[in-house]
Amino acid sequence: MIDDVLGTMPADLVRTDRVAARLYTDPELFELEMSRIFERAWIWVAHESELPKPGSFVSTFVGRQPVIVAKDRKGVVRTLLNRCRHRGASLCEKPSGQVNGFTCPYHAWSYGLDGALRGIPYPDGYEGVMEKGDLSLRKLRTESYGGMIFATLDEAAEPLEEFLGDAGLWIDRFMKQGGGYPIKVLGRHRFTFRGNWKIQLENTTDGYHFPIVHRSWMASVDAETANMMSFMTDPTCTTHDLGHGNSVMQMVPTHSDLDADDGSEPLQTRFADLVAHLSGSLDEAAVRKVVRAMHGTGFNLNLFPNVSMSAAFFRVLRPVSVNETRIEHVAIGPDGPPELDSVNRARLRIHEHFQGPFGFGTPDDAEGWDRVQRGAAAAPAMPILVNRGLAREKPSPEGWPTSHVTDETGMRAAYAQWKAMMSDD
Amino acid sequence: MTEPIAEALAAPIPTTDPRVVRAIELIWREAELLDRKAYESWNALYTDDGFYVIPIDPEAERFDDILNMVYDDARMRRMRVARMTEGHAIAAVDAARTVRTVSRFVPESVSESMSGDEVVVRSAQILVAYKRERHDLWAADLVHRIRLSADSPAGDQIVQKIVRLVDSGSAVPAAGFLL
Repeated sequence: MIDDVLGTMPADLVRTDRVAARLYTDPELFELEMSRIFERAWIWVAHESELPKPGSFVSTFVGRQPVIVAKDRKGVVRTLLNRCRHRGASLCEKPSGQVNGFTCPYHAWSYGLDGALRGIPYPDGYEGVMEKGDLSLRKLRTESYGGMIFATLDEAAEPLEEFLGDAGLWIDRFMKQGGGYPIKVLGRHRFTFRGNWKIQLENTTDGYHFPIVHRSWMASVDAETANMMSFMTDPTCTTHDLGHGNSVMQMVPTHSDLDADDGSEPLQTRFADLVAHLSGSLDEAAVRKVVRAMHGTGFNLNLFPNVSMSAAFFRVLRPVSVNETRIEHVAIGPDGPPELDSVNRARLRIHEHFQGPFGFGTPDDAEGWDRVQRGAAAAPAMPILVNRGLAREKPSPEGWPTSHVTDETGMRAAYAQWKAMMSDD
Repeated sequence: MTEPIAEALAAPIPTTDPRVVRAIELIWREAELLDRKAYESWNALYTDDGFYVIPIDPEAERFDDILNMVYDDARMRRMRVARMTEGHAIAAVDAARTVRTVSRFVPESVSESMSGDEVVVRSAQILVAYKRERHDLWAADLVHRIRLSADSPAGDQIVQKIVRLVDSGSAVPAAGFLL
């Protein structure tokens, strides 16, 4: 019997095998999520390749709060609230760029890359009123792991590496798709959908929907790629709960650790021209490394609450309201010598094929998510089921709760973390 | 963008030029086919070497080395048409209805080439998409490069179409239709 999920406290609304549909539709819960999750958790803000030198910055959001992530002259990366200390105007409306500092357009208060207030026009009016040293931009704690930069508004949050825990190992594995080179951001798609952020969070660990929602993409790719993504009945394809809401879904376990290569797997024939081109300048082993990683790694690593390292890209979500979410699909590739430009061109075309507002995959995902939001309005207490595979979930040798890749182990992991954070006053 | 505008002001090509008229008529024909979702007929308007592009970077003139929303050669267009018509893509099956106006035509160039005269026309496109009680507005600058047939206007084809959305750098809805 699947009964309703009733209760007055957020913790009552999440059980192991089901959550109340209200979690998608209740504006009061959304407000609580912003303060208890998005203003406390480690929120992904940038990749290190986006801040290549002193003065590089990106502007983004931590929850609903606008921030600037900037590298100062000494190479320190900081996350600063994008808000002038004087009257609150936003300091920077460019998504990224290169600057010497930030000057407010309203009264020209100017700040250094480290957030320190450097100059105030006509300062005599402030004599005896305040000290400049007290008015730096508000800084968020900022830490990074494996090139992934996170910030938190919670000064008391556990260190990033502690939060990541066993997910760190999977970040290391993810970065191996550089084929021996670092990873860099190549570009990003941005799109909106009219639904709650958790619908998207779940989707990145939802192997079950893939051949159904993405049938049209599967039909458009070559047989080798379609076969690679045919994991529905393969028992070696699993999802692990890594703790703290993080999980990893292995669609192509033979590509989970790209360094583990006995040479027996043929490179996809669709890349034959690329292999021929690269072979002019790179040795065979180096060519094999980058071409075998053309589709990225064989897994989606879901990091609670806002970023997924998904096969060959980052999927970043930003809650706007209870029923609106913005998503970025960040394309990545190896940061190496110019010979690799052809690799990155091919990776961009693969990314365009599936991702973004006109991809062959994303619009179908977004339609599915819109439909969840519309349908979930029907009965706020009726459960959303996250019970698939519960009876076959077992610990892996590492101790991670593990089930089949089509099961909802990753969603259960995320909702356990949601429950813990939402219960914590 | 400033240079061709300056040239056009110096020696404007009139929109009444018969070659430009043919190009504009093709652009309107294309707009109606897209609103009617007649994607097979739409694709037949493109040359085999034709490109259909929706860039993200509004300044980009070359698209190989950057991420785009759409960067379709003949192969990708064929697959896209299959996706939009075969009935398996839920975004296309339940797509918004669209009505678009293409106007503010500015002929950029008329040139002769081995394969026929080519006309480059800039224009503005305002599209309204309606789905589930909601109207979305999509505004874009278009550039069409059109190859005129030596035989008849019915053979005129699109060599390149670039759709530069005013909001290409920010988040747009995931679409079940084409621009």
